[in-house]
Amino acid sequence: MIYKPMTPAMLAALGEPNRFRIVELLRTGPRPVNDIVARLALKQSHVSQHLRVLKNVGLVAVEPRAQQRLYGLRAHSLRQLHDWLDRYRHIWEERFEQLDDLLEQIKGQEKPGGAGKNK
Amino acid sequence: MRNETTVERISARELVVVRTFNGSASTIFDAWTKPELLKQWWAPKSLGVSLFECESNLRVGGTYRYAFGRDPKNPEVFSGRYKEVSRPSRLVLTQVYERLRDAGEATITITFEESNGKTRLTLHQLFPSKEALDGAITSGMERGMRETFDQLDGLVDSLLRATQGR
Repeated sequence: MIYKPMTPAMLAALGEPNRFRIVELLRTGPRPVNDIVARLALKQSHVSQHLRVLKNVGLVAVEPRAQQRLYGLRAHSLRQLHDWLDRYRHIWEERFEQLDDLLEQIKGQEKPGGAGKNK
Repeated sequence: MRNETTVERISARELVVVRTFNGSASTIFDAWTKPELLKQWWAPKSLGVSLFECESNLRVGGTYRYAFGRDPKNPEVFSGRYKEVSRPSRLVLTQVYERLRDAGEATITITFEESNGKTRLTLHQLFPSKEALDGAITSGMERGMRETFDQLDGLVDSLLRATQGR
């Protein structure tokens, strides 16, 4: 299986804690800027800047609705995020398999003439 | 055949990895704490990552340091202190990822439960903040790829310049 990593730009965008908070908030659904400002107690200008960054990297998209512009998460980008967590598990899996091999070696050494390993 | 590895985020700040090994708790405990053994398994080889340096002063208050990555001249570094050393059942340590030092210290508790010649290992990681865990997951720090981080530094700079405007 191929695990497609997030793009470096997305990672960079999420590396900023307030941007991550915005992404977390938007998981509950699209929202207008002033709503994000109120919920996260951030300055409007900062939220606008953060949203621009998130939009540039493709994590967030804008949809006009009535008088408002709603900011929402893009499903495709979120799937990449999910893959990332999966990748983390795979890294541990690989380490643990290497540790399995080491344990086998140690077992072999502990038993003198231990060629007869039981599986 | 192969034992299953589970990873679960149990709260905003906690990540738990569980795996069973075919071996005694004391052997696995040693594999987690002795540099000559850590060097043989800890770095995920498929990523081209090596553990260049590994120091481990295994006693309460003792420090450890892992330098790893692809380029020995520019390693990623994990370091910290041992808070509890109870061979072979339990190990508690703090951990700082030096590139993200400002994110603070994680506390890692590893338990080794042996039964019938097998050992169930539980790796519990408590991150200093939700953001630090999010960052650990999203930044790909586990990949230990200097190249990626260089790229990220550049990107962050250019993003900041672009967004802060004139």
